[in-house]
Amino acid sequence: MAIDCLILGAGQEIGKSCVVVTINGKKIMFDCGMHMGCDDHNRYPDFSLLSKTGDFDKELSCIIITHFHMDHVGALPYFTEVCGYNGPIYMSYPTKALSPLMLEDYRRVMVDRRGEEELFTTTHIANCMKKVIALDLKQTIQVDQDLQIRGYYAGHVIGAVMVYAKVGDAAIVYTGDYNMTTDRHLGAAKIERLQLDLLISESTYATTIRGSKYPREREFLQAVHKCVAGGGKALIPSFALGRAQELCMLLDDYWERMNIKVPIYFSSGLTIQANMYYKMLISWTSQNVKEKHATHNPFDFKNVKDFDRSLIHAPGPCVLFATPGMLCAGFSLEVFKHWAPSPLNLVALPGYSVAGTVGHKLMSGKPTTVDLYNGTKVDVRCKIHQVAFSPHTDAKGIMDLTKFLSPKNVVLVHGEKPSMMSLKDKITSELNIPCFVPANGETVSFTSTTFIKATASDTFLKSCSSPNFKFSNSTQLHVTDQRTADGVLVVEKNKKSKIVHQDEVSEVLNEKNHEVSLAYCCPVKGKGESEDVDLIKELSEKITETVSGTQIHESGNCLQVGSFKGTLCLKDKCVHRSEISSSEGVFLCCNWSVADLELGWKIINVIKQNL
Amino acid sequence: MKLTCLSKGDGFQYPPCHILNLCGFRILIDCPLDLLAITIFSPVPCDVEASEYSSLDAQNPVQKKQKLEREMTPADLVCAEPWYKTVKALHLWEVSLIDVVLISNPMGVLGLPFLTQNPGFCAKIYMTEATAKIGQLMMEDLVSMHMEFRGFYGPEDSSFPGWMKNLDREEVPALLKKVVFGESGDDLGSWMRLYSLDDIKSCMKKVQAVNYAEEVCYNGTLVMKALSSGLDIGACNWLINGPHGSLSYVSDSIFVSHHAKSFDFHGLKGNDVMIYSDFSCLQSTELTENGCNSPDTATNSEKKDENLAASLLDTEESLEELEKLAFVCSCAAESADAGGSTLITITQIGIVLQLLELMSNSLESSSLKVPIFVISSVAEELLAYTNTIPEWLCKQRQEKLISGEPSFGHLKFIKDKKIHLFPAIHSPNLITSWQEPCIVFAPHSSLRLGPSVQLLQRWRGDPKSLLVLEDGLSSGLGLLPFRPIAMKILQCSFLSGIRLQKLPTLLSVLQPKRVLVPDVVNQRINLTEIKTNSILKYSENKTLRVPRITANPDVEIMAELASKLSWRKLRQRENFGIARLKGELLMKDGKYRLVSGLEQEESSGKARPLRHWGSVAPETLVDALLKMGITGSVEHSTGEDGSEDNRIIHVTNPSSGLIETSEMGTTIITDDENIASQIFQAIDGILDGI
Repeated sequence: MAIDCLILGAGQEIGKSCVVVTINGKKIMFDCGMHMGCDDHNRYPDFSLLSKTGDFDKELSCIIITHFHMDHVGALPYFTEVCGYNGPIYMSYPTKALSPLMLEDYRRVMVDRRGEEELFTTTHIANCMKKVIALDLKQTIQVDQDLQIRGYYAGHVIGAVMVYAKVGDAAIVYTGDYNMTTDRHLGAAKIERLQLDLLISESTYATTIRGSKYPREREFLQAVHKCVAGGGKALIPSFALGRAQELCMLLDDYWERMNIKVPIYFSSGLTIQANMYYKMLISWTSQNVKEKHATHNPFDFKNVKDFDRSLIHAPGPCVLFATPGMLCAGFSLEVFKHWAPSPLNLVALPGYSVAGTVGHKLMSGKPTTVDLYNGTKVDVRCKIHQVAFSPHTDAKGIMDLTKFLSPKNVVLVHGEKPSMMSLKDKITSELNIPCFVPANGETVSFTSTTFIKATASDTFLKSCSSPNFKFSNSTQLHVTDQRTADGVLVVEKNKKSKIVHQDEVSEVLNEKNHEVSLAYCCPVKGKGESEDVDLIKELSEKITETVSGTQIHESGNCLQVGSFKGTLCLKDKCVHRSEISSSEGVFLCCNWSVADLELGWKIINVIKQNL
Repeated sequence: MKLTCLSKGDGFQYPPCHILNLCGFRILIDCPLDLLAITIFSPVPCDVEASEYSSLDAQNPVQKKQKLEREMTPADLVCAEPWYKTVKALHLWEVSLIDVVLISNPMGVLGLPFLTQNPGFCAKIYMTEATAKIGQLMMEDLVSMHMEFRGFYGPEDSSFPGWMKNLDREEVPALLKKVVFGESGDDLGSWMRLYSLDDIKSCMKKVQAVNYAEEVCYNGTLVMKALSSGLDIGACNWLINGPHGSLSYVSDSIFVSHHAKSFDFHGLKGNDVMIYSDFSCLQSTELTENGCNSPDTATNSEKKDENLAASLLDTEESLEELEKLAFVCSCAAESADAGGSTLITITQIGIVLQLLELMSNSLESSSLKVPIFVISSVAEELLAYTNTIPEWLCKQRQEKLISGEPSFGHLKFIKDKKIHLFPAIHSPNLITSWQEPCIVFAPHSSLRLGPSVQLLQRWRGDPKSLLVLEDGLSSGLGLLPFRPIAMKILQCSFLSGIRLQKLPTLLSVLQPKRVLVPDVVNQRINLTEIKTNSILKYSENKTLRVPRITANPDVEIMAELASKLSWRKLRQRENFGIARLKGELLMKDGKYRLVSGLEQEESSGKARPLRHWGSVAPETLVDALLKMGITGSVEHSTGEDGSEDNRIIHVTNPSSGLIETSEMGTTIITDDENIASQIFQAIDGILDGI
């Protein structure tokens, strides 16, 4: 039984996440994203690696989308409507609700900005979303007879899940993007201990280790406050969902506390609409928000207003959240063009910017001019602030999760190659788990867990649960109870294997038991020296001295140790007596089974020495 | 497994209660309150008009039933702080011996604090998140409504309820006695004083809320899963998987619902045992005319299966429900038109939400300007909550949420001030926005608690006003304190379970190997024609023992352990392989698993077989011994009874010994350890063993 992990996207890079895992013959696609930094055919995962004929329905059992970011869901309408995949698609309720918004927004930006031909249409998005089956957290879904999937809270954005998939005895987890710390509006990733053959984890910040978020929050607030106090305009380019809400909650709160009256704007209807969604999807937010929401919904921002295009040139300070993030296109870029030349203004860039975007150029180095996509140049005199809180886990979080889940193998995706390599070494050396960093188009194979299945008889099960006390009496009395399952596996061709108790084997085989035992009538003492009972006592004391850890039962003229049974022999001539010994004296007639072969001889030796 | 039905319940408000004994664990299913029973208490009098009672109410159904009795008057009702009636038989069980509590709908939570307040209670409680939330709100509402009584009667100091003292007197009406003492006269112990808010809090702390279809594992042995039953938001059926097979508990269910997520078939298919616990058919008088038309299950193709499922999902039933709702709305509109107000006291949240939506819509489209009031201490929270749980709502409402609209329409109307929410009738703002005629949704359906009492007292004399009641209330004591009533009364019975005639189809879709059906249900329908299932009947307060279906449980052996096994081939049996297995038996996720134990290494040294079978021919043994350099000779001895079954081999060289062999066994007799083990090896070579 095997697991094959084919990387179609996000191998040694960030963007177009798409991993196809074959578990015991079932193929599952995790995420179906597009690359935001590519314009050519590279923007989509190479689906031809999956099937040459294009019959994806036959190849794939299902697609699971972890969250609504474009680099995780962007290629889905293309794959279902253009490539023709018709099988089941699973995503969480919030992802199902928010993905179409994101896709539509992106489609519009692409067509508006570059005048590109449409990769997918609005109808495509709608039709694609019809095929989606929504799932709740921890809901266990039986996709088919063998394949079982389950989503766990990932914390990255609202509705983000880590996905557990199990086929037969083999199980894997694909994390998608996740965050191991709680932030203002979302909780931390939460998963239970699972037996895994493979963990596929993101590794955006494979080497970064972040301290407390409070100084970073303060820094951001101060930067924005300073800007508006000086009469400047603060631009926060962000995607409509996620950081926008997080930062907005932070600002709204700060505005209340500091009694600031400067307006905060949201650029598009999308963000307002998004807040509406957040209100309804309250069960996916952080515990804190959930508790408060009964009295006051934290997504009802007091100071936030809708932005109008005419306000770009309006005098006076303001804060503007504009989409899309990374300044890659659209409205945020347009505003940037107007605001960047003024030194009073501020651009605060939250989160990660993909290589090739204006956001990325601003973050790397301190450029004085920036090339926009259509060749125009913009002077950058405004302040640039990088908001260093990201909804991705840091290196410590990845290590913690890996250690917690202790999978048999780890595959890292969604990261930058050099830092991924160093994290790989860390996982291999510190946790002693084999770790792989495959590139796009590569396949990694693993053997998977299998169990051998058998039916167990009641006697066997009962024998397993019967206590097995052991007393050791060194300095203090120690009692241990190590129950071992001791049975016999019987395999018959073309039949289900059985586990039975050893006493039942012959019955299963339709045979008669044949007991093999040993016997010896052992001379104990000369003639008539002492009472019989004393003799047994004396012997048992001797046996306890030499043979440790045994329990001796005495009764009348018998003593018993395990299956060893000795009786004072009253016969004049016993068949069990060896010929040399005379009939004079006292004899102990012993009998023991082969199970206690060694024990029996030990006792015989003790008795002989005693003679 | 054993099933004991503690109570068959009574309608939606009082679900059935069972104790299930499974894999050695005791599972309590639901812990409801008989809220109809509090109708024996008199409501808190609001005015002095209680004396206006007229004894000429010919419509009184009580009178019809008990012609010999004198007629009951409101004075017969108990004037005391109400106590609450719990499931009687539950008190006979030792609380500390309950291992698991499963709750299948919010009504099943209401009695739970009585159980958890017991210091011996240590069970794990599972319910869906929605049930936990709604259940908690309902309990809190109950406590807050009850406060009015506390305020009126003052604190009760003795733990003995004074009101019980006089109830066994002769002049007390039989109907009242029947409610208090029960049919068999021993119900007195089931009356409890209401819990407090703190009790609810500490009860809810013990609850483990589960998500939709989340698998939870109890003690490694039982894996439980909640699947929607369609009855109400958060209501579920339970699927329990254990080492001895699978079991499903089907509570009151609705196949197609317009508010809650519909009945989930898929998870319930093909279980070993199905407990059918839908008693709702007892509420209705409808009879299945010709028993059942057992669907033809001869060809069990996939298609057939789908057809059957489709026949359950037909919309006729749900359309009927929609019609009922529309009728209630039109009645309310009619009375509003005539200048009368409407009081709606329905408990079922789904129905309330749908009515709210329908009424606001129909009022908006008409010219009527009638305000809608929802008066309940938990209304605001409850209404907000219902818009945040897409996973528990029907498809259409899920779609709404996904396209960015609230799943229930009330939000908009609240914003537009068409629906007014107030926590209590004495809320400060209520009087300023109050306007009659109006439509009021107010608890409690028993008409003894909450704002409904005052409003009913206010409107009862107004023939233009309308009271919308749940079915079953008017026939009992419910309306007694408010008589004579000039108000119009509309009794609604909404679908609250599976229609009996659909049961055979349901069984053929789900294909359980065994079905447990209540005897009272079985009397109403002929299920004998269903061949594929074996049907067992259970009755209230009797324990039904259900024999195991799967013969032996499965064990999973770790590949690691299996690879270490040393196999023994058997003589003349090529099809068999046997191996000794030593390890540690674990129980995980309801499955036995055998893993390498600590003693693995130790045991591998002792490879000597301990059990043998077959027989030893002395001649063969002598030959085998000779090959090892041991000489011996066979002596036939005759047994005591003359049969020749004991044979002896004398061993002479290298040392002396004796081998006794018979059909039963072989004994090696010697004092030479080496010879003994050599002989044993020879015997082992002849016999099969392990």
